[in-house]
Amino acid sequence: MIKINKFIGPASVLALAVAAASPALAKDYTQFGIQKDLPGTCSYEAIDAKDYSGRSLNVITHAIPVIGEPTALHAEQFSALTGAEVNVVHVPFGDLFQRIMIPFQSEQNAYDVLFYASLWIGDFNRFLEPVPQKYIDSTGMADVTDSFTGVATWNGQMIQYPMDGDRHYLKYRTDIFDNAEVQAKFLADTGSALTVPETWEDYNKVAAYFNDRDWDGDGELNYGSAEVAKRDDLMFSAFISRAAPYAKHPDVKGGFFFDLETMEPLINSPGFVRGLKLFVDAQKSFPPGGNNFGLGDEIFSFGGGQTLMSYSWDDAYVQANQPDSRIRNMVAAAPLPGAGEVWNRDTGMWDTFATPNRAPYMTWGWSSAVSSMSQEQDMAFDFLCFFSNEANAKHDLQIGRFGVNPYRDEHLDVDFWKGQGWEDKTAESYVSTLSNMEQSQNRVFDLRVPGVSQFMSSMANGVAEAMAGQKSAQEALDGVAKEWADITDRIGKDRLREAYSNVVKLEDNED
Amino acid sequence: MASTHHLGKIKMLSSKHFFLLPALLTLVAIILFPLLFTVRVSFSSWDVFQSGLDFIGGSNYVRVFEDERFWQSLQRLSLLSIISVSLQYTLGFALALAVWKQVRGGRLLRVLFLIPMMTTPVVMSVIWRTVFHESLGPVNDILSAFGVGPVPWLSSATGAFISVLIVEVWQWTPFMFLLLLAGLVSLPKEPYLAAAIDGAGTWRTFWQVTFPLMAPITIGALIIRLIEASKIMDTVYVLTSGGPGTATETSSYYIYIRGLRDFQIGYSAALSLVYLVIMIISLTIIAKLLLRTLVGKDE
Repeated sequence: MIKINKFIGPASVLALAVAAASPALAKDYTQFGIQKDLPGTCSYEAIDAKDYSGRSLNVITHAIPVIGEPTALHAEQFSALTGAEVNVVHVPFGDLFQRIMIPFQSEQNAYDVLFYASLWIGDFNRFLEPVPQKYIDSTGMADVTDSFTGVATWNGQMIQYPMDGDRHYLKYRTDIFDNAEVQAKFLADTGSALTVPETWEDYNKVAAYFNDRDWDGDGELNYGSAEVAKRDDLMFSAFISRAAPYAKHPDVKGGFFFDLETMEPLINSPGFVRGLKLFVDAQKSFPPGGNNFGLGDEIFSFGGGQTLMSYSWDDAYVQANQPDSRIRNMVAAAPLPGAGEVWNRDTGMWDTFATPNRAPYMTWGWSSAVSSMSQEQDMAFDFLCFFSNEANAKHDLQIGRFGVNPYRDEHLDVDFWKGQGWEDKTAESYVSTLSNMEQSQNRVFDLRVPGVSQFMSSMANGVAEAMAGQKSAQEALDGVAKEWADITDRIGKDRLREAYSNVVKLEDNED
Repeated sequence: MASTHHLGKIKMLSSKHFFLLPALLTLVAIILFPLLFTVRVSFSSWDVFQSGLDFIGGSNYVRVFEDERFWQSLQRLSLLSIISVSLQYTLGFALALAVWKQVRGGRLLRVLFLIPMMTTPVVMSVIWRTVFHESLGPVNDILSAFGVGPVPWLSSATGAFISVLIVEVWQWTPFMFLLLLAGLVSLPKEPYLAAAIDGAGTWRTFWQVTFPLMAPITIGALIIRLIEASKIMDTVYVLTSGGPGTATETSSYYIYIRGLRDFQIGYSAALSLVYLVIMIISLTIIAKLLLRTLVGKDE
């Protein structure tokens, strides 16, 4: 016994000395699939130190894989680290809104943690618990870009936990645009140089030129443009991307979708009508069946090398640059095309811009939140903080099907993307496009108000009617404006104005 | 004695009622209560912001009658149902007649004919969407070998309508086949013997013996399929999402959009009830007309 004590004494002193001197003794968490744990408020090590044994967390999320797969993965990890029981319910997108809203309205504490589309904040804000200050001060949150901090904020309070960043931008094939032979032929045939489209008119023109011909020499026909044009499949975002530069005047403040003062819909103003006309016109450069393309089809079409250009979220870009892609590193990103003429609703005139007006569209994006009815709010916020910790976020960004896109400044690092095997132009154009959108003073955000689904569904229907030739662009948008006015009356003008002012603050760059 | 008998009768009646009670309670729970609740909801403004059962009178119903998109979807649904059920009946009857008599491999054919009906509509619609895919689908590939196409199966109004029709016919013809085959198998043999003795040919035997004898089954099968066809939702949802434009938007899909996408619960309840009343009236009229035409009487 004495001998043992004699041994333990110096050994423990030695162990303490080594532990104090050597950070290399940090625990290894690579069994969870990450490259290494990264220091931060909710790192693996920090969460590992918590004990939630005997407690359970109910989480509702989207179906696998988009967002659903990372939710399941991080829930399992959180459970293994803390001993908590985490129950994850996966719901198809069409059902997600009502599966969250019905328990909220009937005051049932069905879910502690919710993953959903960030634009539903206008409907859900009354039921969400504000993010506690200690998480706002966390290391992960400090690096979230201003745009996505704004998206998570409602009436000056952060109520959504950022875990994704979405925006629309242009994607194009560099093997065609940078090819001297193709450039010369384009110049000879059209009389203008082949450049990345600066306006939507240019976009349509280039798309039409390259449509219905085998320009990549694989024996299959190629097409000009792949766009999300299916009515109930996020087509509203595509339309807004096209209309925004014509309707969002940089010098006109006070609302893009509505006039904030009167709450009169602006959706049938000449800027939106011009955007819709160009959208209708672009159909002739779609692949066969292209006007029925949902997001999946668009990703497959551009990412698979069928089309020259596309615009939407990151998925098609990531798909195109995956190691097994035949067009890997043959694509680049650019800002959405702009407009040479912009509708000025103050003067009721078109203003001409020497440099095309751009209106970057920060659209959609997944978000997460904790229910204000949850009895497990401490654990719920820890889970969200862990979900989006530095190591997990970097891991999730690299897997296209997870649906997690850059939302922190550190994600906009060229070297990180080069590390994924992306070549210089592919990585640099991607990072610079996304970074410049953050700097823009003329951004457009989603209509984050109560009843957003009604507004977007009505707009998508009107746009679809014009696309199908059932109505002219003006008639279709007049119909939408009438429906928007009815929805506004039903929900209440003042209630909508109060909510919409949050969006206008973001768009007008007010704090 | 009479009073004892009377008492016994009353006891028998009450025990009968007692045994009926579970069924009645189930009926109230699963049919009557939801129906009455829907009626109540239809008089409220329950939507994404207002969750209580307030009372707004009949304004949801006024809105229904002004909702052009709903009435257009109803017209579209009527056309789709009538064409698809007519085609299902014709093809189903032809197939049933083909395997009615003992034919080689008849059993195998019966099982094969039933496969479409046994598959999940959503799964089949996903497969058909791939089949009709205009640049990657096999249909246009095959047609292009003959110099045809590409056919805008899902991106033109007519193409999308026909595509929905094809999937409906493909999926539900087996149901018609099954009912009509069961009817054919149960037909008495005597009228056929009499027809044969009278020297009636195949065509005449069909029109003067088989078809009239099959009338009650025909009416039942048509009404059952019309009820089902009027609820078409999953095929439209997966195949076309009601598009292009509103070319394939049916009433049930429109109600789904208003209720579950837009979360206009009160208004969608009113839409559902108006739709239900229209369906009950029109299917009753159709059933009466079929009875009068095929059987020659009103009941």
